[in-house]
Amino acid sequence: MGTYLGLLQRRHADTLIQRLRGAGYHVLGPVVQDGTIRYAPVDGFDRLPAGWVEQQAPGHYRLQKRDSPRCFSWTLGPQGLKPLTFAPEEPLWTVERRHGHGLEFHSHFPETKKQAVLGVRACDLAALALQDRHFLGGPHPDERYRRRREGLLLIAVHCHRAAPTCFCASTGDGPRAHHGFDLALSELDEGYLVEAGSEAGHALAAALPLIPPQPGQQARAEREIRHAGEAQERRLPGRDLMTALRARRDAAHWEEIGRRCLACGNCTSVCPTCFCHCHQERPHPTEDRSSHYRQWDSCFTSGHSYIHGIVIREDTALRYRQWLSHKLGEWHAQYGRSGCVGCGRCITWCPVGIDLTHETAALLAAPPDDSEACDA
Amino acid sequence: MRDPYLPHAARVVERRQESPTIFTLRLELKDPAERESYLFHPGQFNMVYLPGAGEVPISIVSDPQDPHLLDHTIRAVGRVTQGLSALRAGDQIGLRGPYGRGWPLSECQGQDIVVLTGGLGCAPVVGAIRYILRRRHHYGRLVILQGVKHADDLIWRGSYQAWAAQPETQVLLAADQAPAGEWPWYTGRVLDLIDQAKFDPHNCTVMMCGPEPMMWAGVAALIERGVATDAIWLSMERNMQCALGHCGHCQYGAEFVCRHGPVFCYHDIRDRLGRRGF
Ligand SMILES: Cc1cc2nc3c(=O)[nH]c(=O)nc-3n(C[C@H](O)[C@H](O)[C@H](O)COP(=O)(O)OP(=O)(O)OC[C@H]3O[C@@H](n4cnc5c(N)ncnc54)[C@H](O)[C@@H]3O)c2cc1C
Ligand code: SF4
Ligand code: SF4
Ligand code: FES
Repeated sequence: MGTYLGLLQRRHADTLIQRLRGAGYHVLGPVVQDGTIRYAPVDGFDRLPAGWVEQQAPGHYRLQKRDSPRCFSWTLGPQGLKPLTFAPEEPLWTVERRHGHGLEFHSHFPETKKQAVLGVRACDLAALALQDRHFLGGPHPDERYRRRREGLLLIAVHCHRAAPTCFCASTGDGPRAHHGFDLALSELDEGYLVEAGSEAGHALAAALPLIPPQPGQQARAEREIRHAGEAQERRLPGRDLMTALRARRDAAHWEEIGRRCLACGNCTSVCPTCFCHCHQERPHPTEDRSSHYRQWDSCFTSGHSYIHGIVIREDTALRYRQWLSHKLGEWHAQYGRSGCVGCGRCITWCPVGIDLTHETAALLAAPPDDSEACDA
Repeated sequence: MRDPYLPHAARVVERRQESPTIFTLRLELKDPAERESYLFHPGQFNMVYLPGAGEVPISIVSDPQDPHLLDHTIRAVGRVTQGLSALRAGDQIGLRGPYGRGWPLSECQGQDIVVLTGGLGCAPVVGAIRYILRRRHHYGRLVILQGVKHADDLIWRGSYQAWAAQPETQVLLAADQAPAGEWPWYTGRVLDLIDQAKFDPHNCTVMMCGPEPMMWAGVAALIERGVATDAIWLSMERNMQCALGHCGHCQYGAEFVCRHGPVFCYHDIRDRLGRRGF
């Protein structure tokens, strides 16, 4: 249960955005765009998707408008915070050939601004913590990621409604946000119960016209959040599946998935924890200079595992095995927990509706491999 | 601030053709401060950048005692390496590194050393061989086993002959195919020669690189001779984009080859080596 600082009445909600703008933040909030919910610049609560909820199912996403004042009854759009910190594409550096000086290399760093994101979900905060570990925790911290990350102020909303594809309760990452936010909101019809998670959040809350919550309001919010967790039908068969999946590398079910999977990479691009990217050289067409870019990549492409003349993961079954075994298994060895935060995006955005919770259950239902065989 | 992604300009000091498709570039970092602070260990690699084409991981084959001149022996196989092949002394390219974990050369002092390589993949161990020969008395016997497909693929013929003349050093070469009369060594698989290798299987370190099926078969043969799984070390290759542990391309199970490798202890990867899809 959170420690609520007070209630921000719905008619005063805009003060939150005004205070953020006053403190120099560009404010991003959820808006309806192209039939989904996306984070975009907002200047008031009237831009937010009041009454909108989405229907999600394997391979299915549709928005619906209901008669409700609530702006955060939708759960998730296709992208969370990932594009804000790990750019889908960015230049790393440029090299120029200068007469008499030879080659000169110049880094590109993003122009970062202070950004506040309103309406961040618990699963996306958990995913951000994992991306932080990946990009910042190793021996070569990623400066481009760090700059984007440091400018972010995060205003979470606890989920009072879960989509049928959500399973954050089973991964332990939601529906309540526990860490990683500056401010967190619980939305009731009459307004927002406010919690702070950082010094910046406390300062922001102090600048809002909060009133003490009425008796019953906190209990109502807690009940709704709890229900959003209990209503989830999907779950993973355990928190740490590394050993179980390592023991099923030869399971026949991988081949079966490989026949359905299109290897389109949608799951990896919507997944808030997938970090793979590739480099690309873009020579200037006329001048003697060239820029080196990086862009999101997916382990479902043949190029991902290409080494001269050989594609290590030559078929889709091997690529799906790589994806799922990394996500639910090897992440534990790499980053101390599963790489899945239970957001369900990969289920919703899979064009053929492949559901990792079902596939994992099917894999675990098979007996472990018995061979120590080599395929070489 | 220091940008780990940014290559440093390097000059081609010398270019040597080793075989019709293999060449060596001796590189020197242009910036004196970069040159001074550059230190490496045999088995590590650099990202070598050809302007307009891209970056490729290439092992450093020279001796770490002279980290100012960095030798890279490269086989022209594709876009970037073919472009690198056209370079001449005086040209400039980009370089960043060194990356990864090299051979356990201090840990294996006092032991017999077996170097087993196949195909054209000998570059990662050549630095180690040179390192050991220059510090000969720190190590026990040295056995070098090198196999090639065709006799013409053998580079550094002169070096192998010179190494064979060193004390306590045995050189065993094999070619799957060799024209009669021109190949003084064994014709057949290099693994057939393991029985002739003179070393103490209970007090040795093995360094391997080459095609994975060959390494897998080599591991089996060595274990058969009594070598412990944790005495066998292999240099692995995977697709590499960043070499910084970020891009995810080089993942080998839970390990990142660019960071935890490219040299791995067989004991740590015995569940993966030789299996499809890793
Ligand atoms: C740790 C390490 C050390 C290496 N050391 C040497 C060496 O000393 N000498 C040498 O000749 N070669 C070495 N290689 C292999 C060399 O990196 C590839 O031959 C080279 O990347 C091929 O690039 P290309 O553009 O010429 O070929 P293309 O086939 O056109 O390759 C296109 C891209 O695929 C990737 N790629 C292709 N082949 C490989 C490969 N074998 N390994 C990794 N990525 C690959 C690269 O990103 C490359 O830019 C090493 C590889 C690794 C991983
Ligand atoms: S694997 Fe699927 S459910 Fe898990 S975090 Fe990624 S997109 Fe969400
Ligand atoms: S290997 Fe696949 S599952 Fe793992 S981070 Fe990369 S794209 Fe995501
Ligand atoms: S090469 Fe990018 S993670 Fe290893």
